[in-house]
Amino acid sequence: MKSELYYKSKKITLNILIHLFLISVAITCLYPLLWMISSSFKTQDIIFSDISLIPRHFHFENYINAWREGGFGRNFLNSIIYTASVVFGIVIISSLAAYAFARLRFPGRNLLFIMFMAAMMIPIPGSFVALYVLLNKLHLRNTPIGYILCMINVGLSTSIFLLKTFFDKLPKELEDAARIDGCSKLGIWWHVALPLAKPVLAVVVVFNALSVWNEYILALIIFDSRKFMPLQVALKTFQGEFVTNYPLLMAGLTITALPIILVYLFMQKYIVNGVTSGSGIRMKKLFNV
Amino acid sequence: MRFKSTLENYIFVLPAVLIFSVFYIYPFIQIFHLSFFDWDGIIPFKDAIPLGWGNFKEILFQDPSWWQAMRNAGYITLIALTFQNILAFLLAWACDREIRMKNFYRVIFFIPPVLSEIVVGMSWRFIINDIDGANIINRMLAGIGFPNLMHNWLSDPNTALTTVALVHCWKGFGWGFLIFLAGLQTIPRELYEAARVDGASAWDSFRKITIPLMIPVIVLVAILTILGTMQAFALIIGLVGGEFAGHTSVPVLRILASMRGSSRFGYACAQGITFGMVLVVISFIQYRFSKKAKE
Amino acid sequence: MRKVAWCLVLGILLAGCGQGNQETDKSTITIWHWMTDREPAFQELAKRYVAKTGIKVNFELYAPSDAYAQKVHAAAQGATLPDVYGILGEKRDFASFVKAGHVLNLTPYMNDLLGSWKNRFFAKALAVNEFPDGNIYKVVPGIYGVPIDIMTIEMLYNKDLFKKLGLDPNRPPATFKEFIEIGKLLKAKNMQGLVSGWSEVWMIDCLANNYAFNIMGEDKVLATIRGEVPYTDPDWITVLGLFKEMRESGVLANGTVTMVNKTAEQLFATNKAVFAFNGSWCVNVYKGMNPVLNYAVMLPPKASDKHPMSIWEGAGSSFMVNARSKNKEEAVKFLKWLTDGEQQVYLAEVTSNLPANKDCLEKISPILAQFADDMELATHPNIWGVSEFPLVTETLDRGIQSIVIGEKTPEQVAADVQKVKEREQAKKRS
Repeated sequence: MKSELYYKSKKITLNILIHLFLISVAITCLYPLLWMISSSFKTQDIIFSDISLIPRHFHFENYINAWREGGFGRNFLNSIIYTASVVFGIVIISSLAAYAFARLRFPGRNLLFIMFMAAMMIPIPGSFVALYVLLNKLHLRNTPIGYILCMINVGLSTSIFLLKTFFDKLPKELEDAARIDGCSKLGIWWHVALPLAKPVLAVVVVFNALSVWNEYILALIIFDSRKFMPLQVALKTFQGEFVTNYPLLMAGLTITALPIILVYLFMQKYIVNGVTSGSGIRMKKLFNV
Repeated sequence: MRFKSTLENYIFVLPAVLIFSVFYIYPFIQIFHLSFFDWDGIIPFKDAIPLGWGNFKEILFQDPSWWQAMRNAGYITLIALTFQNILAFLLAWACDREIRMKNFYRVIFFIPPVLSEIVVGMSWRFIINDIDGANIINRMLAGIGFPNLMHNWLSDPNTALTTVALVHCWKGFGWGFLIFLAGLQTIPRELYEAARVDGASAWDSFRKITIPLMIPVIVLVAILTILGTMQAFALIIGLVGGEFAGHTSVPVLRILASMRGSSRFGYACAQGITFGMVLVVISFIQYRFSKKAKE
Repeated sequence: MRKVAWCLVLGILLAGCGQGNQETDKSTITIWHWMTDREPAFQELAKRYVAKTGIKVNFELYAPSDAYAQKVHAAAQGATLPDVYGILGEKRDFASFVKAGHVLNLTPYMNDLLGSWKNRFFAKALAVNEFPDGNIYKVVPGIYGVPIDIMTIEMLYNKDLFKKLGLDPNRPPATFKEFIEIGKLLKAKNMQGLVSGWSEVWMIDCLANNYAFNIMGEDKVLATIRGEVPYTDPDWITVLGLFKEMRESGVLANGTVTMVNKTAEQLFATNKAVFAFNGSWCVNVYKGMNPVLNYAVMLPPKASDKHPMSIWEGAGSSFMVNARSKNKEEAVKFLKWLTDGEQQVYLAEVTSNLPANKDCLEKISPILAQFADDMELATHPNIWGVSEFPLVTETLDRGIQSIVIGEKTPEQVAADVQKVKEREQAKKRS
């Protein structure tokens, strides 16, 4: 009796400690978000003098003004198109390559993989100029497709690395079974490997969506016309060389953060449920437990 | 037949290799070529002055501020590798357990990576700084009885880099958290249950099941942390405005300074290449090391 | 369900692949610039111009300026610069653009009709865009840019806080000694003194040069740059010593070295700092943040009577005409119109900037007029005709940061700078 009580109280104490830890980290995460949102309802002349988190007057019109003055409508749509296309491209291309690096044998495999890894690490400063000249020659400058291809390249190496690490961990038995059933290699990749890799695919999606969504330098350099620019470039309007319109900037940043948080909300359930539901039943058999 | 099968295997990597060759290798070769020239990035390239290994020699032997920047980046990276990743791992482990509100935590912990560097810089300056902020950290220190520790964390050269590094860790732990969480999902629950039936404590199963199975993921996160941290610079500008007499300078800021401040495009390219080489060496040593450790 | 999702993705992909149509229309002038905060004013002027002449002007404004600079460099390499654009950077970068054939020599247009265009401008605003005979950059002499507005960088003080300190709000410190004395008052009242964006090193460079002119005179400063006087000269050590004195007296605000200028502006605008060292663009910034801020302009308090104090003044923004543009004649016409009195007054009013057209000064706000008052003391590295090695400037600026945080002595910094200078000179000779 006593020992059960002991274990129970020990467990409760542990849980309280864990919660305390989690909550204190959570508060630091929430604070800047609330600060940003609260600032987005203030006006330029009180934003630095009224430092309370709950503004005295809510200026909802900041959001309307930010949307209108920043010309967000068109750029918002562009950002969605770029993000969706790049993420889609990266998921397909990098998972194909990562699967090959993890499972298939062919001469030059290690060399190629090492090359991708090295690329991930060597930042090329001023590669913008080289890319610009290249795109110009290919007649892809100032076109969305040129931008999309460049951005696919940016996320490729890291995604391959992420996916390969997880493909390496997956049990081979299912694939062998599929092969015996006469499934082609592409079929195995699509029907077996990808579904099993859902958690990491979700990470890849979130990772690349965020990086494309936040990118503005390359866009600014290769697009001349405002009509192709992504949202981040529109956002920079509020951060002029000399005058920063903080309330509109914060409203714009809040608008910008929302879609990416939605993507994350949508994806995180795959990160945590991807394996346990569906394929999880098969996994149990594979681990013989 | 075997030939055909190998050919089929190449198809898998073909799209990646194609994009990579056009958009990475080609610019890379150009940049590599440029690193042997004195060129300001404006005049026609044919007028650039060839220097041979001059740029690289200057980086290696005559540019102490470059190496100071490398040391700073190394320091931030060490803090990120330990503090940030341990934090991320613990949080992921806690959220992987059956506890209340875990969905809430999962969402909240991903806020910092989503926030823009401007917001992070401004809100942390507000928390930390005294005159342009609310001095919250110092007030807390005084409140818990350490008033002698109060000072300007970001504008004191002794603490600026560490403070920047800690904010960087805070901004970045969400990624590690996410990847660790995904990794923890691939460990079958049944293994834990079996261990518990066998009478193993939570600590035992953490040590004997979780850690060994997570090693590849830990390596992955470690390498991504090194890359992310070594290349961070926007947050540094947001927090301390720049290089702060070298105390918070990092290689990327140095490269940008060569490119813009002094119009030494060729030199910036050489710096980029040197920096990349150092990163490649570090990462591969780590990769090899962890492979050995696993075996 | 899955099929629908696929179609959606494909559709988006295809929608994204629409080819960009290059606008090479002859009757459209395309202008690139980095001052996004002037967008509404520029758009309004473009509207007026098309109504008047039928020629469309397409302003494409890109921020931040760092990315803009990269864009212009890239476009120069790709030979895709627009009809009119702005160049960021120092004079030698400008010279490279000219030498690469990207900038039209405007001298003939400027001198047309007895120089009616040229004579509109402040001589110093024009000098920034001018390469005189025998310039060290070996550029064909001439005027290569049209100044739109000018900026001066001065010291500012908060009148309300002056009263709080028990000082006369109409009598700012005139000498460096008086300035330093205020440090004690500030310490006693626990108030913050001078704020400025000294993490962006160029503002440090500016103040150091102001004092160098004051202490040793222009000739000696230029001689130092030419390499005839070492940085270890006692006069230079005196200049560096001023920063040490400022640090020790407490007249500098906490953390000035880790402030970007926007933070410094925020502090000054919210009455948290007594002094600021800032450019004339700040009038617009303060107006937005605190419309009732009670402040005035002062010269940096002089440290010596031997030579006049100097301040920096430069073309806030200039437009260059692309020499390869098909529309260059139209572009020049537009720029002439843009720098006409009426348009200049409009720009000055809407953007709170000093116009480059000297006939428009009467119509500016009183506080801006104060910035314009010291124009005869103004100078700028771009008109010196010599230029320091970038690494030397960088070492000097970082050295001053070190002095301000109490890490190095003026003597150490002077020695460091001189060492770099000698190395760069040796490199150039070889």
